[in-house]
Formats: sequence, C-alpha cells, structure tokens
Amino acid sequence: MSALVSVRNLTRIFDVSKPWLNRLIERLPRALLKAVHDVSFEIEEKTIYGLVGESGSGKSTIGKMIVGLLPPTDGSVEVGGVNLFTEADPARVAKTRSDIQMIFQDPYASLNPRWRVRAIIEEPVTVLGGDTGGLAERLLEQVGLSASDAGKYPHEFSGGQRQRICVARALASKPKLLVCDEPTSALDVSVQAQVLNLMSDLQEELGLTYLLISHDLTVVQHMATKVGVLYLGRLVEEAPREDLFTSPKHPYTRMLLEAAPRLDGFGRQVDPPRGEIPDPINPPSGCAFHPRCPLAVDRCKSEPPQMRDIGQTRVACHMA
Amino acid sequence: MAERVLRVADLTVEIPTRHAVLRPVDQVGFDIAAGEVLGVVGESGAGKSMTGNAVIGLLDPPARITGGQITLHGERIDNLPADQMRRIRGNEIGMVFQDPLTSLNPLLTVREQLTETILQHLPVSKAEAEARALAGLEEVGIPAAARRLDAYPHQFSGGMRQRVVIALALCAEPSLIIADEPTTALDVSVQAQIIALLKRLCRERGTAVMLITHDMGVIAEAADRVAVMYAGRLAELGDVRDVLTNPAHPYTAGLMASTPLAAQGHHRLNQIPGTMPRLDAIPDGCAFNPRCPRVADKCRKEPRPRVEEGDRASCWFPLQEAVA
Ligand SMILES: Nc1ncnc2c1ncn2[C@@H]1O[C@H](COP(=O)(O)OP(=O)(O)OP(=O)(O)O)[C@@H](O)[C@H]1O
Ligand SMILES: Nc1ncnc2c1ncn2[C@@H]1O[C@H](COP(=O)(O)OP(=O)(O)OP(=O)(O)O)[C@@H](O)[C@H]1O
Ligand code: SF4
Ligand SMILES: [Mg+2]
Ligand SMILES: [Mg+2]
Repeated sequence: MSALVSVRNLTRIFDVSKPWLNRLIERLPRALLKAVHDVSFEIEEKTIYGLVGESGSGKSTIGKMIVGLLPPTDGSVEVGGVNLFTEADPARVAKTRSDIQMIFQDPYASLNPRWRVRAIIEEPVTVLGGDTGGLAERLLEQVGLSASDAGKYPHEFSGGQRQRICVARALASKPKLLVCDEPTSALDVSVQAQVLNLMSDLQEELGLTYLLISHDLTVVQHMATKVGVLYLGRLVEEAPREDLFTSPKHPYTRMLLEAAPRLDGFGRQVDPPRGEIPDPINPPSGCAFHPRCPLAVDRCKSEPPQMRDIGQTRVACHMA
Repeated sequence: MAERVLRVADLTVEIPTRHAVLRPVDQVGFDIAAGEVLGVVGESGAGKSMTGNAVIGLLDPPARITGGQITLHGERIDNLPADQMRRIRGNEIGMVFQDPLTSLNPLLTVREQLTETILQHLPVSKAEAEARALAGLEEVGIPAAARRLDAYPHQFSGGMRQRVVIALALCAEPSLIIADEPTTALDVSVQAQIIALLKRLCRERGTAVMLITHDMGVIAEAADRVAVMYAGRLAELGDVRDVLTNPAHPYTAGLMASTPLAAQGHHRLNQIPGTMPRLDAIPDGCAFNPRCPRVADKCRKEPRPRVEEGDRASCWFPLQEAVA
C-alpha cells in the first residue's frame, strides 16, 4: 500500500493580536496562536484516517490545509505527490484539486438555498468545464435519494438528506480523497447511521480514501482504519484502530477514552479528568499535557517529547 | 421508597397555528423521586425541551399547557399565576441549559449574581449570602473560588461557566433540577466532570434531576430511569439498564442499534428508515408506525397504544413484556 496523503511537519500559526494601535496603547505583545504544531502523518490509499481531539485541538485547521483552503505556515502536505502550494504545473494543480473534496459539519449552511439540487451537485464539475449530462441524477441515486430530487431546492430535504446531497456533490468530480469534517455531528443518531453507512458503502465501491475528523470517539472507532489523537495542535498518538482503543499509550488518549460515556456504563463512577485545556496562546512548556498528566515527571515540564514507535503505535510521551 | 418530588401526568402542550393545532407534547407522564436522575432522550424535535419548559412554566407563547397535571411535592404547579411560578423557579426548581450564557448576566460578577439570587430566595443576611456564594462555587469545583468570585462570566471557560450556572441553580437548595442538554456544547473531558458533579449533588443532597439529552451514553452513565420520547409522546419509560439493554419499544431498539458501539467494529449500523414526522403530519395510531419493522394493521388503525401503569412501552407489539 502506498500513501495518498503525506503530511510533514505541518505547522500553522494564526496572528490573533489586537490591532497595532491597541497594542501600542495597552502595551500588549503580539499574540501568536500555534493552531497546528509540527504534525506529521500519512494516509494510506483506500483507508479511513480518523483525527480526534477536543475543541480547538487543530482538527479543522489540518483538514483545511490538506484540501488546500489554508496555506501552512511551515511544513508541507502532498496529495498524490503534489503539493498544492508549491506545484508549478497548473494542470497538475487542477487535477489534484479535483481529486480532493470536502464535506462539512453543517448540511444546512453548506448548500446554497437558492440553487436547485442539480446545480449544487454539478458545480464542482461545471467550474472545471466538464460534462454534466445526467450526472446529478446518477449521483443522487448513488447516495440513496431519487433522480427526481434533482429539480428540488435544499429546504425540501431533511438534515440527513441534505448531508447526502453534500456527499453527492463531493463525489461529482470523481475524487480520490474526501476530507470529512464532523460530517455527522449535526445529525441525530438514526440519521447519523444512514450517513455513516453510506460513507462505508461508497468507500468500498469507489475505493475512496477518507480523512474523518470528529470529536466523537464512537464514530471514529466505528469507521477508522487508523486514528490520530491531537492535543493543543500536537499529534500525541497515532495507532491502528484496534491498538488505539484497546491499548492506548498516551496518558491523554487514556484520559479521553476513560471520560467518554459508555452505552454499558450504568452507574459508572468516572474519575473525572483533571483541569482544562490550556490557553493555546501560552501553551505549557515541555509536554503540553504535563499540567494535567497523572504520570508527569520533571523532564515533562522542560523537554518536549518526540514521536517514537512502540509496535504499530507512534506516541509522543516520555513515560509511554 | 424515596419521596416523589415531581409528578407529571398526561401532560399535553399545544401550539395553535393557522392550519392546525400542533401537539409537541402529547399526554406525557412520569415522576421523579428525591435523589433520582430521570433521563429524557429522543431525537431532535421529539419534545424534550418543550416538556422541560412546561414543567418550569417557561413555555413560549403561543405554546401552552392544554391538558394534564404537574405536581411538585404533591402541590399542583401547572396552573399557578406567573409571579408564584417565578418564586418556585429558583427556589424549588433549579435550571441548567445548554448554553450557560443564557443563564448568566454578562454585566454582573459571579459574586453579585450568586448573592443576589440567594438573597432573593433565602432569608439570610448579606454576609451569610456571600459566604454561601463562595461555598457554592467551591462545591461545584471551581479552583481558587475565592479569587474568581469577582470575575465576570466571559472570563470563564465554557466548562467553568456551566459550573457557575450549576452553582446558581443550586444556591437556593432546590429539590428538583432540570438540566436541558447541559453538556452538549462541552468537550468529553469537561462533560465527564459536569456529569460527575450532577450525580454527586443528586446523591449527597437528595435532589431530583431531570436530565434531558440526546446522548445515550450520558443517559447510561447518569440516569436511574429513562423516558424515551418520539414525536411528542412517551415511547418507553423504565429502569435505565432494562430500557437500554432490553428495549421494549421498536423505536428504542432501533435507536440503540444505530448508535456506533464500541465492540461492533466494522459492521454496518442499523438504519431506521425515514425521519421523525413533522408535528402537522403525525400518523394515525402509533406515531412510529411508518418506520417500524414490527408494524401491523392494528398499529395504523387503533388509537395509539398507551403506557398504562406497569407497562414500559407505548407499543402494540413490544419486544419484551414489561417486568412490573
Ligand atoms: N482563522 C483563525 N484565526 C485565528 N485563530 C484560529 C483561526 N482558525 C482556527 N483558529 C484557532 O486555532 C485553534 C484550532 O482550531 P480548529 O478549528 O482547527 O480546532 P478544531 O479541533 O477543529 O476544534 P472544533 O472541535 O471546535 O471544531 C483554535 O484555538 C482556534 O481558535
Ligand atoms: N413556536 C413553535 N411553533 C411551531 N412548532 C414549534 C415551536 N416551537 C417548537 N416547535 C416544535 O416543537 C417540537 C418539539 O420541540 P423541542 O424543542 O421540545 O424538541 P427537543 O426534543 O428538545 O429537540 P432538540 O433535541 O432539537 O432540542 C419540534 O418539532 C419543534 O419544531
Ligand atoms: S405500535 Fe406498532 S408501529 Fe408502533 S412501535 Fe409498536 S409495533 Fe411498531
Ligand atoms: Mg473543527
Ligand atoms: Mg431541546
């Protein structure tokens, strides 16, 4: 198997300073927020890579850099060997762009309410000047809607049906990679089941590769081949699904799995996690997790842990 | 048997519209004992919030209670004048909503909000109220509470704000707390902290809790009993372990099977075909009948199956016989 996506030392910094005049008057320093910090991973072709982490951990920022919506501050992303931000050949850039599609969390916000479903679905192909005859009808049937839905408007559909329309649109340009950012977070569980099943079916039928971003561990556990865990913009652990969920190595991963509510957790007394996610503008020194970590030693406060391999797992922790 | 704090019987809420009278809550009944957590689950639009809002007398007009009774410690509260109901809210019933900012005044410090609420509801001196405010913040686990008393809501993180709201809901020592999706906007680690807090308060103070959520995992861990709602009606009511492991109503069973389960690995998830009906198009008979795998003629024709004393599910053909 070969890697379709290679993410190398990816870093993204946002300038979140107040306007310079306020800074001058209030004598504030520049505020830089490192949303993604030196993240490296690969996504094998025809697999599902799950990216988990709590709010603000940098999941969406990584997703946007992979689809080319946001330039990295440092490091690189290659999809099929092409780096969208440095590639000189416009034909390769165009080809790679149409190989990558994105599905967002909110199926209400991501469909233009004034367009008919046909126009919405065909747009990614229309902009490239491609042939769209019967395309929308075919895709609608593929995602479990009916060809006659092509003439309707988005408001005529329920949340789950709208997310199917988003999936149909994403498939229009025959992509290889789908970046799905919280694709079911806005949906009810019974509707989520419909969308997740559809995603699995399409992956098998079309040999797609997914980056599945979610804060819901059960969704990732159900879907992913391999899972990466983010904390404060850093990749702290990566492992095949089984390994990650049965023998997590990083103390943060363990904390997350322990805290997640279980369907069979009747009357379970959880030892609730300590503390909160720190301010990303002034992250802790050394290992960013050390103030909350039950295993932390002096070294953790000063020295940032490097990624290392333990079996099939990669983990960044001095004590793992 | 612990004292019954809340009893809701045959509660019906209606919204008159130009075309029809909608019924977002339709003859719902349950009760909650002291020290008990009743979970209320169901998908979006099932009528969970509407039920909670009816209990605390906060329905937005034109929605109003048109049938049934709500009693708190044996006294009816569904027909009280607004000012009396306002006293009961806060005094007897505490509220926690999904967005903590809706319950907090952005212009007042946490100290001011807590002491003001305490003085409103309890006959204590200002100094005593301030001492209680501090104790309240400590109880909900705000670190260095004394130093944070003079902070404003926006200076707290989302999880800390929700703790402040819980402290506020508790400061008059209510016997019932209604928590509507209190952790839905929070991260799992913070959610675990808030749920542990609610459970501890319930246990230590004997507070009755109505916990509204769409998260089955949260229900499993926090609730003693669970009410499953569908299209404004009660589909199933029972002990949380029974309902989740041996659902009687086909809707509950479908819901459980569509939840990605840890052990299932790569298997397909169960799908319930279709979606919940809109309030102006609720099918005759059992509201779930167009989506139900066990549907028979009776489900479409007979008036809806009712949950009677001892029944668990509102279904003509339940999967399990209730063990009364
Ligand atoms: N355009 C931006 N300008 C400034 N800061 C940003 C911007 N986009 C993201 N951030 C910050 O970067 C960090 C990572 O954000 P990101 O949206 O990637 O997180 P996430 O893991 O997707 O979180 P969530 O689960 O809430 O969606 C956060 O601290 C966020 O506030
Ligand atoms: N003012 C109104 N007019 C008409 N229908 C309304 C009005 N307010 C609420 N509804 C409907 O009442 C039903 C019940 O809503 P409710 O908010 O109780 O659902 P819920 O179970 O809390 O859902 P959620 O999980 O989305 O919070 C929904 O179908 C909703 O659309
Ligand atoms: S009453 Fe009939 S339709 Fe309704 S849930 Fe039971 S079997 Fe299904
Ligand atoms: Mg995000
Ligand atoms: Mg609600």
